[in-house]
Amino acid sequence: MENKSTQTVVELCHLEKSFGDHEVLKDINLSVHKGEVISVIGSSGSGKSTMLRCINLLEIPTGGKIYYEGTDIESKEIKLTSYRAKVEMVFQQFNLFNNMTALDNCVKPQMIVLKRTREEAERIALEYIEKVGMSAYRNAKPSQLSGGQKQRIAIARALSMNPDVILFDEPTSALDPEMVGEVLEVMKSLAKAGYTMIVVTHEMGFAREVSDRVIFMDGGYIVEEGTPEEIFSSPKMERTKEFLSRVL
Amino acid sequence: MQFFENVGNIITKYWPYFLKGLGLTMLIALIGTVIGLLIGLLTGIIRTIPLSKKKVVYYIQKTVNVIIAIYVEVFRGTPMMVQAMVIYWGYAFMNGGNTLPLIPAGIFIVSINTGAYMAEIVRGGIISIDKGQFEGAYSVGMTHWQAMIHVIIPQVLRNILPSISNEFVINIKDTSVLNVIGVMELYYMASKVQSMTWKIFETYLIICVMYFIMTYSITRLLRLCEKKLAGKNSYTICGSQSDPSAEIHVKEAE
Repeated sequence: MENKSTQTVVELCHLEKSFGDHEVLKDINLSVHKGEVISVIGSSGSGKSTMLRCINLLEIPTGGKIYYEGTDIESKEIKLTSYRAKVEMVFQQFNLFNNMTALDNCVKPQMIVLKRTREEAERIALEYIEKVGMSAYRNAKPSQLSGGQKQRIAIARALSMNPDVILFDEPTSALDPEMVGEVLEVMKSLAKAGYTMIVVTHEMGFAREVSDRVIFMDGGYIVEEGTPEEIFSSPKMERTKEFLSRVL
Repeated sequence: MQFFENVGNIITKYWPYFLKGLGLTMLIALIGTVIGLLIGLLTGIIRTIPLSKKKVVYYIQKTVNVIIAIYVEVFRGTPMMVQAMVIYWGYAFMNGGNTLPLIPAGIFIVSINTGAYMAEIVRGGIISIDKGQFEGAYSVGMTHWQAMIHVIIPQVLRNILPSISNEFVINIKDTSVLNVIGVMELYYMASKVQSMTWKIFETYLIICVMYFIMTYSITRLLRLCEKKLAGKNSYTICGSQSDPSAEIHVKEAE
């Protein structure tokens, strides 16, 4: 992934978010380039997930702007639903639709949101379900799948929408240790395939190995960012060192 | 015995009355429950729309929510028998003595009353759905309406099916109060038969059994539906389980 383009897909400018009096994000500035894999690390409550949820507008920012390909996503020029279809999210708790089979989880959103025909949507869905190694389980209901299998279907669902960016909100945190590997494998293959990804994670191995850039967040700020090498081998900030010494 | 003879006589002589009453009772209860459920679903969807940031829309939403709340409280808080009288004679009062046709009036009263209960049942059903289901739906780009129709409501319906069947059973029994406006349902028919035969105990015992058979069979039927909707617990893997390489492969894109 050496030849990264410098085209900015998503840009956060002075992003702020408070819940009542509680300020979670204070001043976040971040540019995400096409094809880039960004890992976001930091302790619980540092605002990592909130930042991600703001990018998908599941949380409405209370200050600052988010730009998608140069357009303010809260302006009238962009439709919220079509923006969300471009910026897919993978959740810690999977959030597969419980009333649908694995296949329909990937097919229905395409039909409903992208107005694809059943035939076309199914072809695309099956392709990605195979990519995440879940073909055999395509007719299973979410309740019949293990955590790792659910998460792989959730990733296939996101991929089926042909997104520009995929946001991962602690995708392995709700999984049994032995299932973490299968999900990380899929994510690594996506990174290799050149998808733009923002990954909030506690998997330091993954962050170090796969990402192009690592962001360390603390207290609602991006404290430090750099290549995995810079962050993990020679962190500059005291706070980063302290955090890494506890998790590594 | 005199008693059984009387019952037998009443049934053989007046069965068309009972059957007609039974048919109308079922018709009103069924349509009333279905329309009531639709009212419940609609109000449930409206009440859970996230409040808009635009001032005008925000106030419209607030007003609609208040209207729904008043509707629910009024119709849950007053007896259906009284509602029937007020609506039926209220209409006549405002239209110079012209009354509503009886059967549609009965269906209307039962529907609007059931709707008030269903509104609360559906709201409870929607609240009980995990927030993640909404977030999952929103995150792929669905609107509130699409998320409701395709993801939330199917799950809500499954969860509230026992309450729906409960409402249906209540409606079968409660249509009897419509006799006050003269709807010819089962209770009304029984009072007619009774006035002709003067066998009060026997007549009402007959419809008592008829009511029970109706409600019991409906309960069983809906229980079967519940079981069917719950689906299987186990899952058979597509393709061959013994041979992993026998997995079905996807056709190449054209």
